[in-house]
Amino acid sequence: MNATATQRRTYLLNMGPSHPAMHGVIRLLLELDGERVVKADAEIGYLHRAFEKQAEDDCWNNVIPYTDRLNYVSPLINNVGYCLAVEKLCGIETPERCQYLRVIASEISRVTDHLTCVGASAMELGAFTVFLYLMQAREVLYFCVDKLTGARITTSYTRIGGVKADLPEGFETMVHDAFRKVREAVRESDALLTRNRIFMDRMRGIGVLPRATALAYGVTGPLLRAAGVPYDLRRAQPYLVYDKLDFEVPVGSQGDNFDRYLVRLAEIEQGMRIVEQCLRDMPAGPVRSSDPRLLDAAEMADAGKRGETGRLSGSDADGDPTLEGTGERFKAGISAPAPDAVLPTKERAYGSIEGLMNHFELVMWGRGVTPPPGETYFAVEAGNGELGFHVVSDGSRRPYRVRVRPPCFFNMAALHTMLEGGTVADIIATFGSINMIAGELDR
Amino acid sequence: MSSVRETLRAELGAAVLSARGEGLDSVLVLDAGAVPGALARAQALGCNVLVDITCVDHLRWVPAGRGTPSHPDRMPRWELPKPPSRFKLVYRLMALDAGQGAVRERLALECWLEGDAGPASARSLWPNADWLEREVWDMFGVRFSDRPDIKRILMYEEFVGHPLRKDYPIGKRQPLLGVDDGAAPAALSDEELRPSPGGKRP
Repeated sequence: MNATATQRRTYLLNMGPSHPAMHGVIRLLLELDGERVVKADAEIGYLHRAFEKQAEDDCWNNVIPYTDRLNYVSPLINNVGYCLAVEKLCGIETPERCQYLRVIASEISRVTDHLTCVGASAMELGAFTVFLYLMQAREVLYFCVDKLTGARITTSYTRIGGVKADLPEGFETMVHDAFRKVREAVRESDALLTRNRIFMDRMRGIGVLPRATALAYGVTGPLLRAAGVPYDLRRAQPYLVYDKLDFEVPVGSQGDNFDRYLVRLAEIEQGMRIVEQCLRDMPAGPVRSSDPRLLDAAEMADAGKRGETGRLSGSDADGDPTLEGTGERFKAGISAPAPDAVLPTKERAYGSIEGLMNHFELVMWGRGVTPPPGETYFAVEAGNGELGFHVVSDGSRRPYRVRVRPPCFFNMAALHTMLEGGTVADIIATFGSINMIAGELDR
Repeated sequence: MSSVRETLRAELGAAVLSARGEGLDSVLVLDAGAVPGALARAQALGCNVLVDITCVDHLRWVPAGRGTPSHPDRMPRWELPKPPSRFKLVYRLMALDAGQGAVRERLALECWLEGDAGPASARSLWPNADWLEREVWDMFGVRFSDRPDIKRILMYEEFVGHPLRKDYPIGKRQPLLGVDDGAAPAALSDEELRPSPGGKRP
């Protein structure tokens, strides 16, 4: 039999959604020529939970818990972004201490976000030790988040017009200890990876996203900065108190996987610097009241429940500023004085009829904040870039529309340009370096 | 150098129906027919980033401030302007100084659509418009005139309806998909497609 001429054909390969590196939520349709990727098509939507539809069916305050589930490795930034958008619509300005608290919360989240990304993408390349080091570092930060908000991931820390609670006792020491451990872990990971021949070969010059392509695809965040554009919303359009803080915006030059890794590593350090400055500079909460009629917060709430409201009028709760009980005196520092938008303290809700009615008017089904009719867009710098909320109000108790501009969506739209021309093995490294978070991608 | 907003306003003339907002919140409301031209012009004037494309369905936008069955909690405090039509499309653009990372300008272009007929695609200007338009089609059923075979993005192909339309009930069930043997999936009765009792709160 005569030998037939070999025919060169491309073939189709499905990668995911049940591939370990695709996190169970992404499907890549690959057209391959041997090991070479000719065409890559990403299919998304596997984690769609109808966030935007659900938001239209709930009152403004009740949307906050859903925002935790957008980017679930940095939930606090989503909380802050949503509340800032609604506050912009309502024209509410929060007190300075509250703004510092929100910055602290956001930056701790940014650090956990980057630790997760660097750790997970290193693990997918086989560097399991680094993953363990960085997850351990993330864990100590999650302890801080837990202490601050009462939960590790489902934080729901912000409120429209304020935050849930002031800093708990001993938080500063806890954060400084945690940062020492994070710096140690980052130093060790840096020593294991940054000049590691194998790691460099898999990261340098791979998954290149040049500046022009990044801009054309609306890519923001570490991916855009790695491509050499120092666009950071904290600098470009400062919100909260970012204009008072000293931090650097690290940029790369090539826009490859290695630059993204270096940018994220540098941003971990910058995030920690910001938190340290905030803890140092933030204005103190309201000073201890000299009112002689200072009642213990728990006693005050109990007295209110028993109906002994006569004792309570004019007296103030001597509360702990945390989740155990937000004392009325602390509230002035962490919430805006907007009685029709901001939840009263528990002592006020239990202790006076006005407080109780105020509370019910804000939390009952069919009740809540009523921003004036109109629409607005507000964006914050999230772990992955510009996280925008486009909120529309028709003056009713429920949002008319909440649109999230998820930074991941744009990164994923540009993914195929980074993969095409590379090999199948590079997909793992590149996909890891864009930090796809399906919660915000699919909403 | 005058802003993109002012240049567009001067060039488009009567196609700019109204303008609102200041600075980074600038919005121009355009005639739907003028949108593709305006987008191309905005890009030429320096809007290098397409930040977002989204849509708002005004079906339940009740102009007079009173309660309706769909909005029992309406506050009688506000008088809303009557929407010109049902769907409003929003293009959010940004002029970014790539060297400094500074935002030169942000501009939103809005247009009201006739029915569900959208303008031509912006894919040739910004490649990310591809996915954004797919999402607007998927969620709102807005057709982009030169994309007749547009694909859904978040929902699956067999999904019936467009979930972010205001007349899509939040608790609505979808037909169950059987084995794909080439036959059309069995149609569910109207009874089965009604919102589930647990899906809606009182």
